[in-house]
Amino acid sequence: MSLLRSGSARAAAVTAVVLVCSWAIAVWKDSGTVVSAATSRAQTGEVLEYASPVEMLFSLSGRQLYVLCQGTGEVRVLDATTYAERKRIQVGRSPRGLSLSANGELLYVANSWDDTISVIDTKNLSVSATWPVSAEPSSVVADRTGRYIYVANRISNDVAVLDARTGMEEKRLAAGRGASYITASPDASKLYVTHVYPNLTPLRTAPESEITVIDVRRAVVAERIALPYIAHGFHVTFSADGNLGAAAGLHPKNLPPLAHLEHGGAFADSITVFGSDVGQPVELPLDELERYSVRPFGVAITPDKSRLFVTCGGSEEVTVIDVPRMLRYVHAHPGSHATDLSASANYVVARVKVGHDPRGALLARGGTKLLVANRLDDTMSVIDTRTNRVTSTVPLAGPRENSVLRNGEQTFYTARYSFQGQIGCANCHIDSTFDGLQWDLEPDGFGRDIVDNRPIEAVKDTEPYKWNGGNPNLPTECGPRTEKFFWRAENYDDLTLTDLVVYVRSLPPRPNRSRPANGEFSAAQERGRALFNRTTDKFHNPIAEGNRCGYCHSGAKGTNQKSFDVGTKRASDNTGLLDTPQLINIAITGPYLHDGSAQTLEQIWTVFNPEDKHGRTNDLTKDELNDLIEYLRTR
Amino acid sequence: MKAFVKVATFLLLLAPTAIAVQAQAHIGAPRIKKAAASDLKPQVQAMPRFRFENFTTANGLPDDHVFNVLVDGDRIWAATENGLGLYENGKWKTYTTKDGLAHRAVLSLALDKRTGDVWAGTMGGLSRISGGRIDSFNQLNSGLSNDVVYGVSVEGEHVWVATAAGACMFDLRTHAWSLFNERNTPMAEIWVYGVSATPSKVYFAVWGSGLLEYDQQKKTWDKYDDPDGETEMVLFRDQGLIHEITTSVSYLEKDKIVWVATYFGDSRYDGRNWHNFLTKDSGLPSNFTNVVKGVDANHAWFGTDKGLAYYDGVNWVVYRPSLTSGKPEMTVRDRDAQVTPVEVSTAPAHNYILGIDFQGSDIWVATAKGLSHGIRQP
Repeated sequence: MSLLRSGSARAAAVTAVVLVCSWAIAVWKDSGTVVSAATSRAQTGEVLEYASPVEMLFSLSGRQLYVLCQGTGEVRVLDATTYAERKRIQVGRSPRGLSLSANGELLYVANSWDDTISVIDTKNLSVSATWPVSAEPSSVVADRTGRYIYVANRISNDVAVLDARTGMEEKRLAAGRGASYITASPDASKLYVTHVYPNLTPLRTAPESEITVIDVRRAVVAERIALPYIAHGFHVTFSADGNLGAAAGLHPKNLPPLAHLEHGGAFADSITVFGSDVGQPVELPLDELERYSVRPFGVAITPDKSRLFVTCGGSEEVTVIDVPRMLRYVHAHPGSHATDLSASANYVVARVKVGHDPRGALLARGGTKLLVANRLDDTMSVIDTRTNRVTSTVPLAGPRENSVLRNGEQTFYTARYSFQGQIGCANCHIDSTFDGLQWDLEPDGFGRDIVDNRPIEAVKDTEPYKWNGGNPNLPTECGPRTEKFFWRAENYDDLTLTDLVVYVRSLPPRPNRSRPANGEFSAAQERGRALFNRTTDKFHNPIAEGNRCGYCHSGAKGTNQKSFDVGTKRASDNTGLLDTPQLINIAITGPYLHDGSAQTLEQIWTVFNPEDKHGRTNDLTKDELNDLIEYLRTR
Repeated sequence: MKAFVKVATFLLLLAPTAIAVQAQAHIGAPRIKKAAASDLKPQVQAMPRFRFENFTTANGLPDDHVFNVLVDGDRIWAATENGLGLYENGKWKTYTTKDGLAHRAVLSLALDKRTGDVWAGTMGGLSRISGGRIDSFNQLNSGLSNDVVYGVSVEGEHVWVATAAGACMFDLRTHAWSLFNERNTPMAEIWVYGVSATPSKVYFAVWGSGLLEYDQQKKTWDKYDDPDGETEMVLFRDQGLIHEITTSVSYLEKDKIVWVATYFGDSRYDGRNWHNFLTKDSGLPSNFTNVVKGVDANHAWFGTDKGLAYYDGVNWVVYRPSLTSGKPEMTVRDRDAQVTPVEVSTAPAHNYILGIDFQGSDIWVATAKGLSHGIRQP
């Protein structure tokens, strides 16, 4: 499989890839503004707009199937039996979650990039209201009493509680970092909220997450179920009797050096089961040697509690668990065994191949069928749950041809290129963003140069890459380096790498919610901007060019693409000379500094800048530092 | 100039004593008359009576030094010098820095009634206790102005904080911090001891700078301190805020009444008129007041260094262990300045009162030597 065996061949190949990338990017640029890989243009000029289904829901009557299409910003209404399309309802940008009101008359959709909730009248299948919310709404659930609507906000780490009649926000409940998915318990008395980024923990300690449990009667947080070692939580499901809950999660092994992929040493893909059937929550691994359930996302339990299904985005399959066997294993082996690759053989009974990046899972017909939304194929897999076989693959209307961007996105989300199919780019770049973790990568030596994972939004034209600036361009970053040190395999051909690079270059920044819509900064932001751009300190002494915020963090993306020593070198670092990171959406991408040692923006300067090497800041008062941060939040 | 200030200060410190002596001569000292239970006047009988149950480390309280107390339904939070105590279902649970608390010494507490979250001001920052998780903010990891948080009050989406270096406000929606100090308010000193926030007004008790008022609608500041601007205190009764060294404030939005405590007496302001309360001419057991909790325009509770006091607009009642014998004591002072002892068998754990909160008709009292639950008696 190795395509690049010699150094000269590698150099030639990299050059070729760069050239191909340049061509592809030029073609792509010609197609006009592209904000998503879901939309691009074929060489024939046809607009390729991909549905990208992520979630599904049956109408209360069971006759209609609502399919949430993230790429086209639609709810597609299908016949629940034939899957024939009945209607398309346009909602907002990048919708991520949907749910029905208790009486089924209203369908709510969370539009994550528009900061809106679309309210759809299910009788006439049209949008009856669009409620402004904020902070990247990613999931929406109506309570059974019709009193409140709950919205998980990914970037403010909370759940907004809205008046169900007016959509007015009444309060916010603190949830986990990157709050994204809400599931109601079967009796609707509680809501369970997971989050996609780990809660902040002290440097070089294991990540932690939680399931935030909301008491619906009081609309307050009742408790938090701790998920130790889990960095990224996804969907939760329950058995019909409510006694068994299961949460899909990703358990990174980021404390030891990332050099043991061949030993299953990068991630544990797992579910955490909880409820009276199990007692204390237990994390259960899904992986087996050479069979990895990469990035578990959607979960569903059959009504008879015999099977638990888990969609796995990276391995492009559905992992099937025998629930009674799983419960027997849990009771016979108290505690969590997330990294035990021999455990899952006790309860995983099948791994069913589906399409690219499977997301939502929905049981039908009394649990005899499972529908899976294949986001990057625009299809739904229909699985017979008695035989664990795909009985049909339902295509959603749309282009059948893959664009370069679409190919690149598939490459980004799959795990097929890594050794034994263990990980993919999206393992560390959750939904093409970041993971909030620090990793000990091998090339620098074990225990050396432990680095914080940098976000990749708007990463185009911010080369060089890596904290030490060692990779001159994205083909190098995404290609040979990734293959060698992450994938432990050299599987990309030139076109695959080109597709991947074009996709990564296309990633737009998510909307910045701190930037005033009218462009007029608040007084604090304006004062902060002046501090950011100042050339003299408060004592009227000139600030050296390299010590001004606005010099290193210049330009639209906040980097002059040069390296500086900002005084943060640790004994374990090989160099203190660090590439200047871009500032895109800096407020939500903590922790900060090259090794993630600053948990907050404030700490960059209150703790880690004693000698004013990271900008002249020690002359500032607390008020002024707050102003500077208010400005940074607008970047 | 400095010498002048010192002399002036000395004279000022003497002044209350002189005034008190003069007042006693003219008004007359309270007349104490022992009365049998059947002999009690109706106004004495009408004053609330409590059976106090006291908590100390002996029965699970984290520390006997209790700075504050907060009632949240059936749950009682105790801010102690050695952790945050939660009394629930008859048991105490202690939160410490190991659980994420910003500092072991907890000074202030506030409940976000909408979310159920509890905010705790400590000697090392501000903590939010939410569903068992503690998030802590300090001056290094957040925009909090100072780590010593004397007071906290939650109103809507805003957490208002009184610190040793100014006041600040944390916006729960945007996560932005706003700082208030001598640079952007009329705050002459920045040692902020207490805060009381409502949708219309936010009041700050600023040690040495009187009472600061923030109008939430107009976004304007106003300041109440000594009327003449020189002496730190009123020279004549009811001229204004009794003293600039304020320790606690309680604003009742419905009544538009603000109660203010100082170390030199207490005050009430209705937006037009001030009323001052001093030991010499009221039933206040001591001018040294740590905390005031208003009930309405005419009713308020006071925590002093010499006991817990209640004012019903006319009469005063004091609950404490006797300053001489230590025995439980309840005394009622009526409009005629007649003081009537009422026979009681329990009293707050100590006479140095630091915090007060209410649970229906019951009262919880934080003292320097334990937490007390005053159970209302018929």
